[in-house]
Amino acid sequence: MIRFDNVSKSYPKQNRPALREVSLEIEKGEFVFLVGSSGSGKSTFLRLLLREERASTGQVHVLGKDLARLSNWKVPHMRRQLGTVFQDFRLLPNKTVAQNVAFAQEVIGKPRGEIRKAVPQVLDLVGLGGKEDRMPGELSGGEQQRVAIARAFVNRPMLLIADEPTGNLDPQTSVGIMKLLDRINRTGTTVVMATHDQNIVDQMRKRVIELEKGRLVRDQARGVYGYQH
Amino acid sequence: MRAQFVLSEIGVGLRRNLTMTFAVIVSVALSLALFGGALLMREQVSTMKDYWYDKVNVSIFLCNKTDASTSPKCAKGAVTKQQREQIQADLKKMDIVENVIHETAEEAFKHYKEQYGDTAIASVITPDQMQESIRVKLKDPEKYKVVATAFAGRDGIESVQDQRSILETLFNMMRSVNYAAVALMLLMLVIALMLIINTVRVSAFSRRRETGIMRLVGASSFYIQMPFIMEAAFSGLIGGAFACVLLVAGRYFLVDHGLNLAEQMPLVNFIGWDVVLAQLPLVIVIGLLMPSVAAFIALRKYLKV
Repeated sequence: MIRFDNVSKSYPKQNRPALREVSLEIEKGEFVFLVGSSGSGKSTFLRLLLREERASTGQVHVLGKDLARLSNWKVPHMRRQLGTVFQDFRLLPNKTVAQNVAFAQEVIGKPRGEIRKAVPQVLDLVGLGGKEDRMPGELSGGEQQRVAIARAFVNRPMLLIADEPTGNLDPQTSVGIMKLLDRINRTGTTVVMATHDQNIVDQMRKRVIELEKGRLVRDQARGVYGYQH
Repeated sequence: MRAQFVLSEIGVGLRRNLTMTFAVIVSVALSLALFGGALLMREQVSTMKDYWYDKVNVSIFLCNKTDASTSPKCAKGAVTKQQREQIQADLKKMDIVENVIHETAEEAFKHYKEQYGDTAIASVITPDQMQESIRVKLKDPEKYKVVATAFAGRDGIESVQDQRSILETLFNMMRSVNYAAVALMLLMLVIALMLIINTVRVSAFSRRRETGIMRLVGASSFYIQMPFIMEAAFSGLIGGAFACVLLVAGRYFLVDHGLNLAEQMPLVNFIGWDVVLAQLPLVIVIGLLMPSVAAFIALRKYLKV
């Protein structure tokens, strides 16, 4: 599903590389936490997965494709097989809940009949049935994140990438979101989630990958958040 | 790809930048109107050149029967065959002459009809009113004076004309007006392009949230860029349409009404509506393409896909 071979990434005008010789493999259906302090390289790791950036050296394989060899015009097709969720939800404020979810299907040219069927289905799955016509501004943070997850999941991606999805939410709401992500993971979707939330990582007992100053320092099955952070 | 979805996105974009859209439309309209005007001016010049204009340098008009009574130079009557042959022979002896062509009254009539067609003057002219002439091509067009002094005043010759002297001043004037129009057009074009680039930049920035999400869910770059390009194309199309209106109105007020040049300069053959209309598709197409290409180039810089 995901394979990093000796991947380094340096940005221009920065002395220290953001990622240094990271090698790892993530299998299909896994649930992986990506932890580390700010500036440890988590965001760069996720940006490489999405091919927002290319690795400086080494190879990144996602869904069986070498991203360095993937031509620019094929990138959108690759991204259609990924779902993404962010800390700040990234919803369109002038569209309803249903329109926000449908947007992900409209821009890739899905037929209207299919969209009309898929959107209520996925909204039910995330627990927002009946709120199709609400605006994002009328929803709580947790509900907004559920909309974002519905949008990420509506095209049934192979891989869901979540960048601190609970970063703006209170602990109780976070638990709800984690349950939802766990459910999505059980449908066979691989989930990679970057987080700072110690409680969640400790409770879930999933694989934990820790980065520190761009290096992979820990890769632990059924791990915990860490020691002194 | 769903047309309705794309169209609504374009509508939103145009409304958001209403003032900028307006500025783009005006500058595109002005630059295209100047462009079309320059084209029409060129057409006008070529309509005014008669059959012989680019072929010869000196025209020697011979007396015909009507001239004998009206022109003092033809007091001795119409040109005789012998006189004509003598003139031709003398011309051929001059080493500055490259070529000598004899145009009969019938040929002159034919050429006249071709140039003026169905105008009021052409309809009352008859072949025997036309003058026979001898058209001379010189090796050096500047040597016109030599021919003029040698032949002016000879029996049977009504006048010797430097072919270019009549229209050349007018053409020179039109040419400078044309240059000015082209220069102004280029300036307007640069302004239009800068406005388009700026509009694209502003609207790419104000829509970065949508485009960011489009990118994440895997919209193709064409799909993301399309609304921006369509917006520019739409403003360009409106601008082009305005330019067409300006051109048509320009011909209307200069030639038919307002300045009414058609009546004030009856001898000048003005370009017809067909020539004006023939330019309009080109103006529209350029109005569509130019802003689209500019937007496309601007997007490569301001919109990450």
